This record gives sequence, C-alpha cells and structure tokens, in this order.
Amino acid sequence: MQRKNDSGIEAISQNPVAEPITRSEPTTLLLRELVGHLRQHRTQLREDWVSRITEAQLLTAMTKEEIFAEATSVYDSYVEVLQTGTFEALQTYARNLSERIIPRGVETHEVVGIVLLLRDVLARSLFAKYQADFEKLNRILDAYEPAANRIANTVAVGFVQERERVIRQQQEAIRELSTPVLQVRERLLILPIIGVIDPQRARQLTEQLLRGIRTNRAKVVVIDITGVAAMDATVANHLVQTVEASRLLGASSIVTGLSPEIAQTLVNIGVDLGKMNTVGDLQGGIEQAERLLGYKVVQLAEAS
Amino acid sequence: MEVPILKQGSFLIATVQAALSDVDLLQFRSALIQYVVRSRSQGVILDVTDLDVMDSFASRTIREIAQMIRLRGAETVIVGIQPEVAFAMVQLGLTMEGVATALDLDEGLEYLNQKSKAATSRESHEPGRG
Amino acid sequence: MGDILVDEIRVLITSDQDIVAARQQGRALAVKLEFSPGDSTLIATAISELARNIVSYARRGEICIRPTQNSDRPGIVIVASDDGPGIRDIRQAMRDGFSTSGSLGLGLPGVRRLMDDFEIVSEQGKGTTVTVKKWKP
Repeated sequence: MQRKNDSGIEAISQNPVAEPITRSEPTTLLLRELVGHLRQHRTQLREDWVSRITEAQLLTAMTKEEIFAEATSVYDSYVEVLQTGTFEALQTYARNLSERIIPRGVETHEVVGIVLLLRDVLARSLFAKYQADFEKLNRILDAYEPAANRIANTVAVGFVQERERVIRQQQEAIRELSTPVLQVRERLLILPIIGVIDPQRARQLTEQLLRGIRTNRAKVVVIDITGVAAMDATVANHLVQTVEASRLLGASSIVTGLSPEIAQTLVNIGVDLGKMNTVGDLQGGIEQAERLLGYKVVQLAEAS
Repeated sequence: MEVPILKQGSFLIATVQAALSDVDLLQFRSALIQYVVRSRSQGVILDVTDLDVMDSFASRTIREIAQMIRLRGAETVIVGIQPEVAFAMVQLGLTMEGVATALDLDEGLEYLNQKSKAATSRESHEPGRG
Repeated sequence: MGDILVDEIRVLITSDQDIVAARQQGRALAVKLEFSPGDSTLIATAISELARNIVSYARRGEICIRPTQNSDRPGIVIVASDDGPGIRDIRQAMRDGFSTSGSLGLGLPGVRRLMDDFEIVSEQGKGTTVTVKKWKP
C-alpha cells in the first residue's frame, strides 16, 4: 500500500512484521500534534468509541466493564504506536488480547470491526478539530491514515494467527486422544491404528509408541493395522519406520491385521515382509508376543 | 582420550558423551577397541543415552565399533537411544542394521548374559570344537 | 526499534567441530522458538547432516539459522551454503543417499524427510545452497 504525497512518508508494507515506519521531520511533528490531541481528548474519544461498539452490537460476549477495560488498553496502545512508530508492543498486546477473548467466543469480524471503529472515531475528531484549516487537515490525515491502517492490520492478523494456532492445538489434542498406546501385559504394548493416516498423525503415532516403549520398558509391540482405512506407499513407509525405530529402543514388533490384499500391496510397494514379523490377527499377534516374552499360554479347562 | 568405561563382570560399559566431534568419536572408537583387547571382554554395552543427535557419521562409526568388537570375539549392544533420536534416525534411513540394541543398561546386560549363555551351551553341546 | 534479527545464527563451517557447534546452536534456537523436543532433534540432525556435507565436499561454507514466518505460522529456516565444487546431477543426488551406512551420497533425501520445506540450488564449480524449513504445528 503506497501513498504518494509531498510530505515524504515512506511506503508502508502490508506485512505487520516488517520494520517500523520511517518518518520525515514534518511527519514527526504532525504525529506529535496528533498524539497530543488524542491524549488530551482520551476520555471523550474512548467513550465515543465504546458507545459505537455497543451500537454496532460488537463484543456481545463481554460485559460493559470488560469492554471498557479492553477499550482503554487498545486506545492507549493505539496512541503509543502513533507516537513511537514501533509495533512490537501492539503485536504482543494483540496476541494477549486474542488469547483472552478467543475462548470467550469473540469472532474475527468483531475484532476487525472495533479497531476500524476506533480509526473512524479518531479520524472524525481530527476532521472536527482541523475543519477550519483544510490544508493542515490533509497533512494530518496523510500522517495518520497509513499508521491507522497498519494498526488495524496488525491487530486483525494477530487475532487470526492466534485463532489458527488454537485450532491446530485442538486438532493435535484430538489426535493424541484418538491414538492410544495400550499396555496389556508387562513389557508388551499394543498400538491399534484406526482410520486415515496422514503424515502428521503417523508422526504422532510413532512418537507416542516410542515414548510408550521407554515408559513401559516394552520389549514387544503389537501394531494392529486391521482398522487402517487405506494402505499406500506413504502409510507403508510410516509402518516400516515405526518398526525400525522401535527396534532402536530394543523392542521387537509384530504387525497384525494384514489381509492378503494388504500384504500384496506391501510387497508391491517393495516392503520386505520377510523382515517384518506379521501375524494374521490381533489375538494371534498377542499370543506370539507372549511366547516371545516367555509367558506360557495355558488353556484353561472348560467349566463343567 | 579419557573414555568412560566400567567393568561389569566380563562385560564393559562404555559411555558415549554428547557433543563429541568426529575426531573425538574416532579416538573414542580406537581407545575402546584397545580396552576390549586388553581386558579380553566378552561383551560391550555402548551407552548412547547422552547423544542428543545421531547423524550419519555417528551411526556409521558406532556400527564400525560393533564390527571391530565382533572381530575380537565379543558382542556389542547399543543402549539408550532416545525416542526423539530414534525417530530422526529412521527418517535419515539410519537403522543400525546388524547391530543389537536394547532399551537401557539393564536390558543390555540381560542381552549380553543371554548371548553368553547361548554361546556357552553351544560349546558344551559340541565337544571337540575348539 | 524492533529487535527482529537478533535471533539469527551464523556458523562458519570448516571443521568437524563446527558441525557440533552449528547443531547445538540450532537446537538452542529451536527450543527458544518453542519447538517440541522431537522437532528440535529433527532440526539439529538436519543441521548436522548439512554441515557435514559442507566439510566433506566443499571444505568450507556457512550455516545460517534463523526464525521465519509464513502466512499463518512461525518456523525456522536453515541455509547451508558453500563455494564448493557443486553438484553435477541434483536429481541423482536426491535419489541417492537413502543409505544405512551414510557413506553413499549426500544424504539429501534424508534431510528432506527431516524437514518440511526443502530447496537446493547448485552449480558445478560455483557452489551449493540448501535451504530447509520447519514449521511449528
């Protein structure tokens, strides 16, 4: 975004992470005057802003007191950015604010909305103040607008990034819950793999299994793939890697649940089934594991 | 170089420290082999618990250590590979094929004991073989 | 003023000891950027392999490690550059290297598996630059 003008203000990048605004002398003076005005009329302008927020029915998830408290912080950060030209404090504040309000159900359009309202409230007050001096008003707006737009951008982007981070965290948590590593006997772990295995999930499965091997001091792991939705080269590779990594921790693996079709797929892909210990079904796999561990499998006599 | 080696019965426990440069690791290898020869050890536990990264050179050197020890009539078992390190290793394709691995010192000792028992019972069942 | 470039790490690579230094500093930055222990190990391992290539094939080069950002998440970027002989056939190099001994090839496919993004520029006689990135989940 670029403003061509005579006061020599540099182009402001759309990326909030870029460097602070470089200013020329007259711009600095104008901004100083602007900041002075905003500070002087703080109470009034903040009140105007809050009532416009309420009018627009934004931040309905928050109480009046909360809105007022956040409005105060945003206002002061806003003015601070105009004064110093550095955005770090604002970015940090935007992240903190987002962390607080996202769990409350505040949405992106609300956050963008309130910042734009503040921009408007402040712009209007500048119009009012400098209406007699059109030329000066223009110069003040030339100084104000790029900064105000970048502030809106920074806050909005900060909010969206925080939201996306939260969503990813939740997805990760869901994946953790849905991939249990089960200890069924001493030194024996079972990893049932169910559903679709994307690379991230495969990664998580392997990491959980390896941590489980260490925690439980497992010597044998039974990896059951009966429930795997689709076996392709990627999934096969993950499986092989899991078996290899388990061995590095001293655990041998038994892969169960291979249908003849899946076995054929693996062979076609180039997996050396001779190197992998495979058993048809989970029960058979567990029995084999018990034999490996030295348990005696005893048939109990039928109750008469 | 100073190589941390403990004697445990007829076995040795050698600890690989973190942050060894390539040259350090080669010196470690050479010192360890000399020790194995001098002590006529039957087995070596190579403890890599401290290694926070196992790259291609470390992996190759450790495999070479195992081979050299085998040439001197002893067994090697690697213990203490961390889960994160194991994961990174298989991504790089470093599977340590041909080298025995165990979870920790206890498991490593049990492995060497079993191996040594098996070797003894083979000898006793095959009289006349030197 | 913003302290944006403070976290950049540059390590000159000329010896095997530099390999250790580069990966230790890389891990430290990854931990500082709050990567998981698993990811930090992948990053440190990738740095080790890239630095190793420089020592083995180019004798001299540089590893640069710094934070980065894409449209929605932060990450870490590693740039391994050298003025060495360059790679004659990049496609071949990207096929080789799945070696258990680590003695064949440059291990570049392995480095690619460790990281999320992988880019290589190499010209015979001019040198090689490998750029890899990992993103926070």
